[in-house]
Amino acid sequence: MTGWEPVVGLEIHIQLKTQTKMFCRCENVWGEGPNTRTCPVCLAHPGTLPVPNGRAIEWAVKLGLALGCEVAERSVFHRKNYFYPDLPKGYQISQYDEPLCTAGRFAVPGSGGDHEIGIVRAHLEEDAAKTVHVGGKAGRISGAAHSLVDFNRGGTPLVEIVTEPDLHSPEEARRFLQLLRQTVVELGISDAEMEKGSLRCDANVSVRREGEEGLRTKTELKNMNSFKFVGDGIAAEVARQIEVYESGGEVGQETLHFDPASGRISSLRSKEEAHDYRYFPEPDLVPVEPPAALVERMRAEIGELPAARIRRLEGELDFDLSYGLVASGRDELYERVPGERRAVANVVMNQLAATGAHPGRVNAEELGKLIEARDRIPRATFDEALTAAGEPGFTAERYLAEEAVTDASELDPVIERVLAANGSQVAAYRSGKEGLLGFFVGQVMRETQGKANPKVVNERLRERLGA
Amino acid sequence: MEAGVAITREDVLHVARLARLEIPADQVEEVQGQLSAILEAVGKVSELDLSDVEPTSHPLDVVNAWAEDEPRPSLSREEALANAPDPSEGAFRVPAVGS
Ligand SMILES: [Zn+2]
Repeated sequence: MTGWEPVVGLEIHIQLKTQTKMFCRCENVWGEGPNTRTCPVCLAHPGTLPVPNGRAIEWAVKLGLALGCEVAERSVFHRKNYFYPDLPKGYQISQYDEPLCTAGRFAVPGSGGDHEIGIVRAHLEEDAAKTVHVGGKAGRISGAAHSLVDFNRGGTPLVEIVTEPDLHSPEEARRFLQLLRQTVVELGISDAEMEKGSLRCDANVSVRREGEEGLRTKTELKNMNSFKFVGDGIAAEVARQIEVYESGGEVGQETLHFDPASGRISSLRSKEEAHDYRYFPEPDLVPVEPPAALVERMRAEIGELPAARIRRLEGELDFDLSYGLVASGRDELYERVPGERRAVANVVMNQLAATGAHPGRVNAEELGKLIEARDRIPRATFDEALTAAGEPGFTAERYLAEEAVTDASELDPVIERVLAANGSQVAAYRSGKEGLLGFFVGQVMRETQGKANPKVVNERLRERLGA
Repeated sequence: MEAGVAITREDVLHVARLARLEIPADQVEEVQGQLSAILEAVGKVSELDLSDVEPTSHPLDVVNAWAEDEPRPSLSREEALANAPDPSEGAFRVPAVGS
């Protein structure tokens, strides 16, 4: 790996959560019965005409602005022609040489500062239908006997984002995608869930010698449906290419599939003449010239972006915590909760997250009181309180009343009882099995129903057993 | 495409393949001539000085035609599948793709 630099660009598709599809007014829904949201337009019946979704246009502008793009004064839809059963018209309405948004920059903060990633373009297009392969050998497309097509997804709005090849590690690609996702979610324009396919990512990967100018042959990595797979897939492909070059070979241009189960990369049979799409302007649609008022209205709806928030939080936290809070959308709660910043960050990021409580529903003042008292109340009580923290009407009062027993005069009799009942373990401890300390602590905690302060119990036990 | 650039036999076969059209071997030459004539006719345009003319992607002088994002009723599944030759499990069944 040393001496080589990965060069990665991403192509991302984001499914907009508009009420209706891109060019017809069928509902845009997920998970309904097959072919229950179709009409003559999205089934491509002859004589029908597409009508764009105004909100999809607005949201694509909004996303473009968040990506630092220029919004085109004039933008045109094109037909991208190819034959596939998920595309009933025989073409996809997309954008070609006049996309809605171009030339953006999106900052990816790292521990060593920001890295600006160039955005080539962000354009609008329609999604294809969903195809399920049935029969034949299980799980293998090539062995399927036939395919079932569900047009509910056909014609729903997508924004495609293309980055410059500015990403230089799998980790950076993963972080870019995570912050992009968080941005999209905060803009309120998509669920952007990779597992559901409402955020999809392909990567163009090449490598070059450190210091080398220009780009070598790239491969296209498809089907990475989680953030982890994006990182793992790119890492595997980078390693493969380096090995090819180091053993004197050449990397060929091809489309690859990453299998997360085995970590292996395999070649996909390329669609025949896949790159001859014969784009031409969609004659059924007129150009889009986003009015200045629309653009400014969208700009006004964009809040402080994740990268800026990470930088701001770094003033009081380390990079990892700042990044983790923002990338998971928990920084909003963190900022509302009063108290020592690091303690608040850790609880919000780790323990509270583990309870599944929705950050937006947590009463920040009450959570602050709880965190302030966390060393004085029993661990079990603290956990219980966190679990309840997202429920309506939550107050810390009841939990704060259960301050942990730290008073030695209360704890000592319990400790005596435990030691007396476990004579052989006491002997074992004293003959060197100091790992048994945890056992005694556990026994005392059980006797006190978890109300003892474990730190004090530890100290008292050591003292007694050492005698 | 510039005026006078002739369509080759390979061009015809390539375009036909992309359009999923089968052109009998003894008609390829005829189509080749027809396509060349069309291109030649269109090519006449480039004899004019068009440096002041904006590219036209649409004949109407209209922009920004779009609709509100408000759902309208869809077809029922039965209606949607009415023309499907081989429906199955509420879906359009087609020959296996990708093979
Ligand atoms: Zn429709």
